[in-house]
Amino acid sequence: MDIFVQQVVSGLATGGIYASLALALVMIYQATDVVSFTQGEMAMFSTYLCWTMLNAGVPYWVAFLATLALSFVGGIVIQRVIIRPVEQAPILTIVIVTLGLLVIFNSLAGWIWTYVQKPFPSPFPSKPLRAGNVFFSAHDIGAIGITLVVLLCIYVFFRFTPLGLAMRAAAHNPVSSRLVGIRVGWMLALGWGLAAVFGAVAGMMVAPNLTLEPNLMGGVQIYAFAAATLGGFTSPGGAVLGGFIVGVVENLVGTYVSFIGTELKFTVALALIIVVLLVKPTGLFGTTVVKRV
Amino acid sequence: MAFTRKLCAVMLAVGVSTLALAAAVSAQTVGVTATEIKIGNTNPYSGPASAYGTIGKVIGAYFKKVNDDGGINGRKINYITYDDGYAPPKTVEMVRKLVEADQVALLFQTLGTPPNSAIHKYMNQQKVPHLFVATGATKWNDPKNFPWTMGFQPNYQTEGRVYAADVLKKHPNAKVGILYQNDDYGKDYLKGFEDGMGEAAKKMIVMKQSYEVTDPTIDSQIVNLKNSGATVFFNITIPKFAVQAIKKAHDIGWKPVHYLNNVSSSLATVLKPAGLEASKDLITALYMKEVTDPQWRNDKGFTDWVAFMKKYYPEGALDDQANAYGYNVAILMTLVLKQCGNDLSRENLMKQAASLKNVELPLLLPGIKVNTSPTDFAPIEQEQLARFNGEKWDLYGEIFDAFRKN
Amino acid sequence: MTSRLPRLLGLLALAGVACALPFFLTNFRLFQFTQVYIYAIAILGLNMLTGYNGQFSLGHGAFYAIGAYVSAIMMDRWNVHYAWTIPVAGVLCLVVGFLFGLPALRLEGLYLALATFSLALAVPQILKYFEHWTGGSQGLVLNKPNAPFGLKLNPDQWLYFLTLAVLVLLFWLGANLMRGRVGRAVVAIRDNHIAAEAMGVNTSLYKSLVFGVSAAYTGVAGALSASVIAYVAPDSFNVFLSITLLIGAVIGGMASISGAIFGALFIQFVPNWAQDISKAAPWAIFGVFLIVFMYVMPFGIAGAIRLLWIRTRRSRVALSPEPRETAATQAPRAT
Repeated sequence: MDIFVQQVVSGLATGGIYASLALALVMIYQATDVVSFTQGEMAMFSTYLCWTMLNAGVPYWVAFLATLALSFVGGIVIQRVIIRPVEQAPILTIVIVTLGLLVIFNSLAGWIWTYVQKPFPSPFPSKPLRAGNVFFSAHDIGAIGITLVVLLCIYVFFRFTPLGLAMRAAAHNPVSSRLVGIRVGWMLALGWGLAAVFGAVAGMMVAPNLTLEPNLMGGVQIYAFAAATLGGFTSPGGAVLGGFIVGVVENLVGTYVSFIGTELKFTVALALIIVVLLVKPTGLFGTTVVKRV
Repeated sequence: MAFTRKLCAVMLAVGVSTLALAAAVSAQTVGVTATEIKIGNTNPYSGPASAYGTIGKVIGAYFKKVNDDGGINGRKINYITYDDGYAPPKTVEMVRKLVEADQVALLFQTLGTPPNSAIHKYMNQQKVPHLFVATGATKWNDPKNFPWTMGFQPNYQTEGRVYAADVLKKHPNAKVGILYQNDDYGKDYLKGFEDGMGEAAKKMIVMKQSYEVTDPTIDSQIVNLKNSGATVFFNITIPKFAVQAIKKAHDIGWKPVHYLNNVSSSLATVLKPAGLEASKDLITALYMKEVTDPQWRNDKGFTDWVAFMKKYYPEGALDDQANAYGYNVAILMTLVLKQCGNDLSRENLMKQAASLKNVELPLLLPGIKVNTSPTDFAPIEQEQLARFNGEKWDLYGEIFDAFRKN
Repeated sequence: MTSRLPRLLGLLALAGVACALPFFLTNFRLFQFTQVYIYAIAILGLNMLTGYNGQFSLGHGAFYAIGAYVSAIMMDRWNVHYAWTIPVAGVLCLVVGFLFGLPALRLEGLYLALATFSLALAVPQILKYFEHWTGGSQGLVLNKPNAPFGLKLNPDQWLYFLTLAVLVLLFWLGANLMRGRVGRAVVAIRDNHIAAEAMGVNTSLYKSLVFGVSAAYTGVAGALSASVIAYVAPDSFNVFLSITLLIGAVIGGMASISGAIFGALFIQFVPNWAQDISKAAPWAIFGVFLIVFMYVMPFGIAGAIRLLWIRTRRSRVALSPEPRETAATQAPRAT
């Protein structure tokens, strides 16, 4: 029983990592209808910016908030300068542009900071906590906590603020939104800015465990896609739940299904997602779009 | 009249035969002119293995130093390196470019087991020296079937055997748990270890857990290993995951006899981030001086390396063991080139590479030497066990020599 | 009718040049062009599915891997002659693609893309797991075939001609397919799924069939690559391959047969140019290339050429000698 609980706890901690980047993916999709491959690399780049500040002696939380601010501005700039020229182009064209940004960020990070892995500090105490026979670290709990706080902020923002409403309107029906006076272009930019912020949070929470290097988010991004697919790309809450599910299921399968063991852990997670999609084609919590003929 | 005609004939004959001779000579010394030697290389400067790309860079920096110091027997090294992103098809393309288009004399330190496997046959068919490949796989020591390919570092299977021998000697009744990376590197270590355990493997190895390079964490594997009751832990992980493994094992109160593979033995990038307390009593097998280990601070080999890095490769990290590795092997290559004298034909390059006797390199551990022969294409086969005492790697025991023990 | 002749002549000229290349280029360049042809076949497969039929696939690398490994295992384990492995790989991928296409019918756009993405991600792990067949992470080393019937061609030249022949055959088949009834049905499904259904097109069958055919094309490309590279390993077939094929398809031009060749040329040569331009951050240069291409040619290279062709034809019509009504020829208006 102990090991079951331990694996679930570990799974939740890992899942929290996937969930936080999944939020960035969902944000962009909700705001702009585009699946962006850039978010993971932007998150990594933001984390490097934070590292540079920490290395210069800036206290942690100051650097953290400064990174969030820089990421926000960066996201907006990227949308306005790089994505806007191809906004009207076919979706795949925009996807290729996001891929281009992905390789640019990755390559630049490697060039500026080299590929040597760098330790990144955690704001939470490093002493392990213990509940009975189950061990967990304060950082894991803290990271999950921050993810949930971010999720709450998104929920409140979209549901209860006029700006959130304007963003939702711009994504849902850009033409009508323009007629009502909403500056749709800036809503898209805002979406990218917020996504960049979520990505930065994800990166800074992930880096202490994984150590900072340009390929930091490569693996995480893949899992984030899986999590968002499982939960539904149209639902932030779904994406977060998807992340937790992927984390926990992977661990349990690796532990209990011995003929699969750890060598097919990831494959099983992916198979699970495909099975879920067959039953619910838009993910667990995704909304089905009804098309009028 | 007849005289001038005869003179013309003689001159023509001399001219033609000189050209023929020159053609014959240059046909034998591809990639070599009176002023330069062309050396080709591929490295993963991008992609998942890009952390190793610094090796290709530090080698280039060393060759620049050699050129600045006058070159080798009056010739400068023209070092051409291409990115293969660790993708075998790309390696094939880049190597063909080096051999067929750039006409290099030899290939040096091509990196990675799959990339090198992809060009193994080709290099031997083309009869181009394929020297000091940067991989720990065992198959490069096969002079009978592949006379143009030579390895360099102690191979992973040998290291696995070293640990297995230690376990059988010191902990014959232990339960062994293994964590390995699910690819050629991890599986090679695993094989060496299991082969070294022999009959006892089935009885003593109670659990094996694997992970992929793309996995974000290996916490769950560590939990499973602890739960299996293992008292000895063989940790086959790259630095990124080694930190996690050491930290997590410590955090969940698991204190096995912990063997850590050589690849992750760096103090600065692995042991410190994992926690020096948590890393106490870790065992590894070393063949090089670990450059962040304080015991080498005043060692001449180390200080020379630091001076070199500062002057020729300032953007390279001084706590990255890969930079020491590249420097060491570049020195070996330069030595082989010097030994060739004026005959830089491909045949002689291989001959000289296969006649290294007790060569010492500045960053090898004292007592460990480079040896090759026409039947032994494994330059370094010695390793020594070391235990981490909280501050540095304490070398102990005798130097394990895989060549003799064979 | 008159536009067919210059087009045919153009294609014949291209074919002539392609056949002459092996006698002018070095073996290394031939090898590169052979790779281009292989990618072109793979990209055409992807294009049929995503460009013509509108089903997004981010996982075609999986079919490429299946084709390559089927060919490799047949050659390595059962000593099958390499030429037979190619159609076998194609047929197997046809079946696998069709079977994958059936459940995929339920998935729309984004989710289909992500399901195929998952498939591509799982491939390396699966290949490593079935070590006994696939050689695991060490991969399988294969033999490069020699020219048959004692032809005086070296292996590189022979493989070039073989690949070229397969390319021409598959492209001809693909063009005929896409320009005929099947193609119209396929495109109709993409443009207006419901209207197509209402018109009597069996959308489910067509969609699954296109999936199968698309997979077969990419599988054949993979099988060819096994012989050309003479080595297969899981590392060669990771998710980056699927992304590269997608890039090739989009840059070349979706819903276009010729686009596949442009795309293949791009993904083969542009990364090399990027490396020549900058040793420090070559992939950043590649990323810039991608973005600039998409700005200038959002419909791909083939799309841009098509637009150019339309524009020149329009201006030619405008300059035609047909009499037009001008103020001078109009009857004077009664005021």
